[in-house]
Amino acid sequence: MSSPVPSPSDQDNPQQPSGTAALSIRGLAKRFGDKIAVNGVDLEVPAGSFFGLVGPNGAGKTTTLSMATGLLRPDHGQALVHGVDVWEKPLEAKRLMGVLPDGVRLFDRLSGEQLVTYAGLLRGMDRETVTERTGDLLRALDLTNDAGTLVVDYSAGMTKKIALASALIHAPKLLVLDEPFESVDPVSAANIRDILSSYVHSGGSVIVSSHVMDLVQRMCDHVAVIAGGTVLAAGTIDEVRGDATLEDRFVELVGGRNTSEGLSWLRTS
Amino acid sequence: MVAHLLRLKLTLLRNSLKRSTAQLVGVILGGLYGLGMLAFLVSGLVFLGSADPELIRTILVIGGSATVLGWIVIPIAVSGVDMTLDPARFVTYTIPMRQLLAGLVLGGLVGIPGLVTLIAALTLVITWIRYPAAALTALVCGLLAVVLCVVASRLVTTAVSALTGSRRFKDVNGIVAFLPLFFLGPIIGGLAAGFQSSPGFAGRLADVLAWTPLGALWAAPADVAAGNPGLAVVRILIGVATLAVFVLLWSRSLSHALVTPPYNAVTKKAGGNLGWFTRFPATPSGAVAARALTYWVRDPRYAASLVLIPLLAVLLFLSGGGAGGAFAFVGPIAAFLLAWAISADVSYDNTAFSLHLSTGVSGRDDRWGRAAALLVFALPATLVLTVVPLLIAGRMEDLPVMLGLALGFLFTGTGLSSFVSARYTYNVPLPGESAFKTPPGTNFLMFVVQFGGWLVMLLLALPEIVLTIVYFVSGDQLYGWLTLLVGVLLGGAVLLIGIRAGGRWYDRRAPELLLAVSRNR
Repeated sequence: MSSPVPSPSDQDNPQQPSGTAALSIRGLAKRFGDKIAVNGVDLEVPAGSFFGLVGPNGAGKTTTLSMATGLLRPDHGQALVHGVDVWEKPLEAKRLMGVLPDGVRLFDRLSGEQLVTYAGLLRGMDRETVTERTGDLLRALDLTNDAGTLVVDYSAGMTKKIALASALIHAPKLLVLDEPFESVDPVSAANIRDILSSYVHSGGSVIVSSHVMDLVQRMCDHVAVIAGGTVLAAGTIDEVRGDATLEDRFVELVGGRNTSEGLSWLRTS
Repeated sequence: MVAHLLRLKLTLLRNSLKRSTAQLVGVILGGLYGLGMLAFLVSGLVFLGSADPELIRTILVIGGSATVLGWIVIPIAVSGVDMTLDPARFVTYTIPMRQLLAGLVLGGLVGIPGLVTLIAALTLVITWIRYPAAALTALVCGLLAVVLCVVASRLVTTAVSALTGSRRFKDVNGIVAFLPLFFLGPIIGGLAAGFQSSPGFAGRLADVLAWTPLGALWAAPADVAAGNPGLAVVRILIGVATLAVFVLLWSRSLSHALVTPPYNAVTKKAGGNLGWFTRFPATPSGAVAARALTYWVRDPRYAASLVLIPLLAVLLFLSGGGAGGAFAFVGPIAAFLLAWAISADVSYDNTAFSLHLSTGVSGRDDRWGRAAALLVFALPATLVLTVVPLLIAGRMEDLPVMLGLALGFLFTGTGLSSFVSARYTYNVPLPGESAFKTPPGTNFLMFVVQFGGWLVMLLLALPEIVLTIVYFVSGDQLYGWLTLLVGVLLGGAVLLIGIRAGGRWYDRRAPELLLAVSRNR
């Protein structure tokens, strides 16, 4: 084992037609009651890319990613993972994907080690591989000393990390990560970034949602800006940001900056 | 400030009702129940006014003491019946202690139990109306007693919540504190027996209670009516002193709680112990079974039902007249309850269920895993609980019929539960909460689902039930063996069908299932 994390394996996956996108989202739409959460989103995540999905709170990022990963049934549209339709052939598509959903609970009465093992066994992997990879993942994410602690007693950042480990265990070809850096400490975040970069270098594809622009600009090679349930801009980082920083471009696209005086009474002197 | 706190409570109540109509229906039904109870209480108290003062006194002191006791015990058992105005939420605000206390007391009265207690206490004036001086005393004492109820219950919740910093304590407390309630039946039974066996028992009990903080305030008006104002003053002093001590303790523990945020001491543990995961086969269904079995021990919501089963046996033994009576049926009853226990499995998972969805577990594996985890311990438990009572009663000739009935219930119920939990979700205590806590207003709906499920289960197990009855009526051993045969074969068939149908439903509708459970938070 040279790399701490399993790299996306090709041998157990059927040969995909070359040139297909890792994730292709076509016209996904979802309505909750009167509110249209996602209004016809189209996205192409090229194979081998590190794709950032950015948007303000309530933009529809989580809803879009849930529909793309088979967790939430879309009202319209389709999602293809390496050419496999997520809603037509869910089992086949889910084998190709590792998912870190945001805002869901974990089976937190299991210890960290048990949870990652559980995720591996649910995928139908054999025990030896699961044991070996679980150890590697816990080491890489600096959780070895807490491997036997129940996840319910983990801090928020540790919980994120163990959920990430559960998403990586089967060496997927595509990683879908919803807010993977939320409440993760800087050192762990740097470690996770390294893991993800080397994963992309070895041929994997990653899509992350975030609202930390700086992070996305440094880490990703592609980006899509989403607000109000629609895609405002998408492409390589340089295409989207032009001459400005990604943050300035984002604010310009999404709007909503207050340029007035602000809270004039909030002064200490 | 006090008015603000009251308004906050009302706003919170109104907003929580806006979120779901089902909850609103539940609260309305609860309100109707409270109203009915209130009407019953008030009319009873008014009628009581025409009785002999000695009888009035006995009833009021015993009933009043029970009320105070109820206000103290129930919140611990349910681990905070109503924490809408949880003091911990006011930590960052600068509210003077005096006003916070007053606001919390009045806030405690807003709600069905508070209003019922208050109105019933005020009705005591009418009960004593024949003795004007006593009626006046009743007004003062009634109000004091109501405040005592609320303060005592708040004191207990604050004291307990100071202890609940650690998750482990919370887990254990949720189950242990429930035990006294479980034995409430036998206790009341014992008291009732006492009343029946000696006519003076109630009077003597009231005499004792009248000198305790529980009953002193309720007894004072009777002393006045009996022309003994000195005694009444002493009793009121007992009540007021208790109240003062409680308020002092409460404000102490509250101010302590306000500067001591909950802290969960955790010891780091290295890995290496995979528990049940090493003992089940390394397949998806094996993993589901290992996970579910781990939860049966570690999650207090599941563990609670494990604790209740042996208690049930004890209870049936005590109340059912020893080994010969209802105790003999403990096996079938336990099997019935255990089998139904996994009927809300997906609801209990809550959104953690998304892991099953994103890893693409098939419905068949999911259903089999959960059923296997249950059967692994429920099957031996059912056998033991069926055989042991019969051994004690020396009725081993009944073994085939009892075993047939128990296994029939277990298999049929597991099959039904496997289907129900994939098909229906309902609001259950969230992960980490007490097993006996339900979101307000959902009790009624839960009751409907539970009751409906039990009815279907009895219908599915009807052949076994009928054969059992025939056996006991005819006394023919043949029917006993027939019950066993039908229990195993028919029960097994229902089990397979239930798992298959549940699995198929899961495969088609798992995303909708996740959406439904994510609404309960």
